[in-house]
Amino acid sequence: MRFRRLIPACAALAFSFAAQAQLTVEITGAGANRLPVAIADFTGERIVAQALTSVVRADLERSGLFSLIDAGSPLADSTTPPFEDLKARGADAVVGGSVTGMEQGRYETRVRLSDVQKQAVLGNPAFLHTGAQLRATAHRIADYVYEKLTGEPGVFSTRIAYVVKSTGRYELKIADADGSNDQAALASREPIISPTWSPDGAKLAYVSFEAKKPVVYVHDLASGRRHVAANFKGSNSAPAWSPDGKQLAVVLTKDGSSQLYLVNADGSGVTRIATSSGIDTEPRWSPDGQHIYFTSDRGGSPQIYRIATTGGNVERVTFEGNYNVTPRLSPDGKSLAFIARNGGRFQLALMDLATKQTMILTDSAKDESPSFAPNGRMILYATEIGGRGVLAAVSSDGRVKQKLSVQAADVREPAWGPLVR
Amino acid sequence: MRARHLTLPLLSALTLLLAACGSQPPAPEQNPAGVESRTPSGVKVETPAVKPVTPGPAIDPYSIAALKDPKSPLSKRSIYFDYDSYVVKGEFQSLLTAHSRFLAANPKMKMLIQGNADERGSREYNLALGQKRADAVRKALALLGAKEEQVEAVSLGEEKPACTEATEECWAKNRRGDMLYSGEF
Repeated sequence: MRFRRLIPACAALAFSFAAQAQLTVEITGAGANRLPVAIADFTGERIVAQALTSVVRADLERSGLFSLIDAGSPLADSTTPPFEDLKARGADAVVGGSVTGMEQGRYETRVRLSDVQKQAVLGNPAFLHTGAQLRATAHRIADYVYEKLTGEPGVFSTRIAYVVKSTGRYELKIADADGSNDQAALASREPIISPTWSPDGAKLAYVSFEAKKPVVYVHDLASGRRHVAANFKGSNSAPAWSPDGKQLAVVLTKDGSSQLYLVNADGSGVTRIATSSGIDTEPRWSPDGQHIYFTSDRGGSPQIYRIATTGGNVERVTFEGNYNVTPRLSPDGKSLAFIARNGGRFQLALMDLATKQTMILTDSAKDESPSFAPNGRMILYATEIGGRGVLAAVSSDGRVKQKLSVQAADVREPAWGPLVR
Repeated sequence: MRARHLTLPLLSALTLLLAACGSQPPAPEQNPAGVESRTPSGVKVETPAVKPVTPGPAIDPYSIAALKDPKSPLSKRSIYFDYDSYVVKGEFQSLLTAHSRFLAANPKMKMLIQGNADERGSREYNLALGQKRADAVRKALALLGAKEEQVEAVSLGEEKPACTEATEECWAKNRRGDMLYSGEF
């Protein structure tokens, strides 16, 4: 978007100089059995081709599921890959491509993904794009390769939201999943917390303290328009979207302590879901819409519970330890990420809901706000390193680890957006 | 922000005081007091009556000015809590009594109670904990005579720490309820 008026060469240069405020991603752990894949240099328009392949490579490498093999020489989509040579280099798959300049600054990029062992073409998609859409195109190519080789959707084209706190300033930012192209959706002198994406990825609900108290807003990202979804007497917080995007579960204190309510996304029709004498907060819908998981101190210490969306009995979900908070369901609804306190350390934990087996995924001490990637493979969360707030991501098997940080600022409250259709 | 709200009323009060000292001539649009501009020849001389006012105490203990008077308990606005607790401790009873009397004496005054929590743990859970603390302060004030509609209890959770080091001393300062009056929020 930002580069729309720049000529492609400038665009390619511009994105190699990352803005200082941008998130930088550092890989701190990788999967055990990484798939060896060669991404050859594409042929045709050289600068555009280089920009594309460097982003595709970075995406696949960052996922922790691939090891990159040097292809040796450029490879067009129309050329049969040198399979014997690639096999000798240890590659299981190879990607070639070509970029053709068209009228009005547009490009056609044709890609061919091949299986080196079987010497067979796995697919050859084509992408029409402008010079300003190089990164977006590269993410699409990486998503294609990822899905063909792993069988699950790639998330390189998705976006993330997070809050950056610098001295006296809070910014709600939206960036590509790799941290680039960050844009501020809201800048405020007062805190912003709990951003969460609508299921269609068009809106964010969040809590802003700009009125000197917590108020829930719904913000349309494309138009920049927003409205108040909940501003009752007392505090309004912890918004969660229903899977159909029509309702929000929110926490209100209008009738006493923090309790769970449903409200239509436009702010109308408030109804109460559950009742306790203590604290109920952090609601989250299960992906099938059947249950709402939440944190409550009704049993004496904060634990995770669930209630059917139609009402009825409240079931306790966590039992180990005396502080289990911030429930987040995986996209397939089979596991639950949450924050557990272990001997004074707050750590990201993952529970298999069928067996109740729980695994601690991190070795840090101040983990907060987990958020699943829409394919369920990675969990993004906030933590603290060297006294500074950073974002980190860990794969649901605990092997792949990444750190995302911004220079000289605290980053917190991450929320991974939905898949781009 | 707070200082700016303070200076305006103070300045206008000072101006009024100065004007009341009476060394200035009456404003032109006003009729000079006690002098009648009649034309008849015989002028009747009258001495205008002066009625003295008995001076009250320097500052009414429940006046708005007392809120800013460092000698008044009303200038103290924070109630501190123990870890993971939202019980108002006995040591704050007299302070809460002073504020509830002030609210009763000034029914148009509104109060916003902002509950706070230390940084450990979930932001949203800490927001709920701060709400419990603000609510405990609100209930204590209501018991002591403040009206329900005068007071709103909200939470800032762990978002507005008074102290930012990761020490127990610092965390203790962040587990608090702050009382703000109309014009301060």
